[in-house]
Amino acid sequence: MAEESDDRKPLLSKKIDKFFTGLADAWNFVRRFWKEVFLPPYEFKEVIHQCYRIGVESLPLISLTGFIVGIVFTNQSRPSLSEFGATSWLPSLISIAVVRAMGPLVTALIAAGKVGSSIGAEIGSMKVTEQIDAMEVSATNPFKFLVVTRVLATTFMIPILVLYTDFVALMGSFLNVNSNELVSLSTFFFQVFESISFLDIWSSVLKSLLFGFTIGIVGCYKGYHSSKGTEGVGRAANSAVVISMFLIFIEELLVLQVVNAIRTF
Amino acid sequence: MAEKVVEIRDLYKSFGDLHVLKGVDLDLFREENLVVLGRSGTGKSVLIKIMVGLLKQDKGQMNVLGKEVSQLATKELNELRLKIGFSFQNSALYDSMTVRENMEFPLVRNIKNLTKKEITMRIEELLDAVGLPNTINQMPSELSGGQKKRIGVARTLILNPEIMLYDEPTAGLDPITCVDINNLINEVRERYKTTSIVITHDLTCAKMTGDRMAVLLDGQFSSIGTFEEVFPHAEDKRVKSFYDYNFIES
Repeated sequence: MAEESDDRKPLLSKKIDKFFTGLADAWNFVRRFWKEVFLPPYEFKEVIHQCYRIGVESLPLISLTGFIVGIVFTNQSRPSLSEFGATSWLPSLISIAVVRAMGPLVTALIAAGKVGSSIGAEIGSMKVTEQIDAMEVSATNPFKFLVVTRVLATTFMIPILVLYTDFVALMGSFLNVNSNELVSLSTFFFQVFESISFLDIWSSVLKSLLFGFTIGIVGCYKGYHSSKGTEGVGRAANSAVVISMFLIFIEELLVLQVVNAIRTF
Repeated sequence: MAEKVVEIRDLYKSFGDLHVLKGVDLDLFREENLVVLGRSGTGKSVLIKIMVGLLKQDKGQMNVLGKEVSQLATKELNELRLKIGFSFQNSALYDSMTVRENMEFPLVRNIKNLTKKEITMRIEELLDAVGLPNTINQMPSELSGGQKKRIGVARTLILNPEIMLYDEPTAGLDPITCVDINNLINEVRERYKTTSIVITHDLTCAKMTGDRMAVLLDGQFSSIGTFEEVFPHAEDKRVKSFYDYNFIES
């Protein structure tokens, strides 16, 4: 797209103007994504490639983190429950906490750090080395190839990673419960599935879709609008992580309100 | 008289308070090599970026192959872009792709129904033409600066462009590689019958490759003509100092 020169005088102050024009830019970026995602040509091969990069290459980190979260959370909860003689409720407590909040949140925060920064840095460096311009002058739509594919990949892969994290965290928890309370695997998972509902799982998956979209779109937006050489690339990667994390917490809060409202019906 | 392929009239472009182009007029004729010279920051690259629609002028006309670039819809602009090859200053090869993938990228997206064999043949032919037949599976990070430039040129040639735009083709290269690149520019013109604009501040490159020179000073072309007409006896001090710096005479 041709860039317009910006020689307008600021309406309020430069900082406030910059904030609002930034918001408008981001809104237009999201709108452009929704427009381009449905229009051919479709870059299926690149979507699959990105899904592999985002999903499979994040597995080791996600596995380790999920497992540790399960063990630590179980260990930290035990003293409080044992005061009431309710350690048998540990599987229920852990499952609700992991499926409803910790699984999606931990996965999304780790993905924001790992995937968001890498998307921001990769697209940012392509921008400053004119690779995006090179795509554009060869009559290829760089937005479709770089942005649409990555956002779709994060949106599809984060929910899958979240379900995987839930499972790994529960396994970590089981290991801890089993070594302390001698609870068998079947009893542990019987209690787990008795405590969680379909609404918990669906809200977790829907929330993860939102987190995935946020991580992808913020990383791409920051990379696509980076400037000022390598310094700008670093800044793009950094702000992609910070803004994604901030938005993930806001979304968590909003989704929680909606799900709680549904639960009361 | 040769056919005009590019016609620029009264072209203006500013970035905020910085007025880069201030009423540029220029004609480019079929199968000629035009060299645009000027100091850094004078708007040479801006001019060719407007030509391919990467930037939009504030005022004036940029007519390429009979079409006003600023008036074109995305589809028409992309059709025009297929006829223009743009060789970037830093080559702009896609880091994450091999040389083969770099060259396939524009081809498979713009020409449908090509078989794998046809694609490979076309890539090999062009790599041969730029003198790098054995680099097909290499990554850009494994290539030297001169090799990257050559692959960049090969990638733009894969779509058979009518016009080639070279942005600082010899910047950052050693003198011998510069001569190789200059020869390549001339070979491309002869072999593929392209019309070219070469953006540079290297007078050796200009002398070797250009049929005509156009010197961009203060947002306008101060002198246009053959190398001999523009440089050795230039009256404009700024043009003369340009010549003196590049060809120090005792």
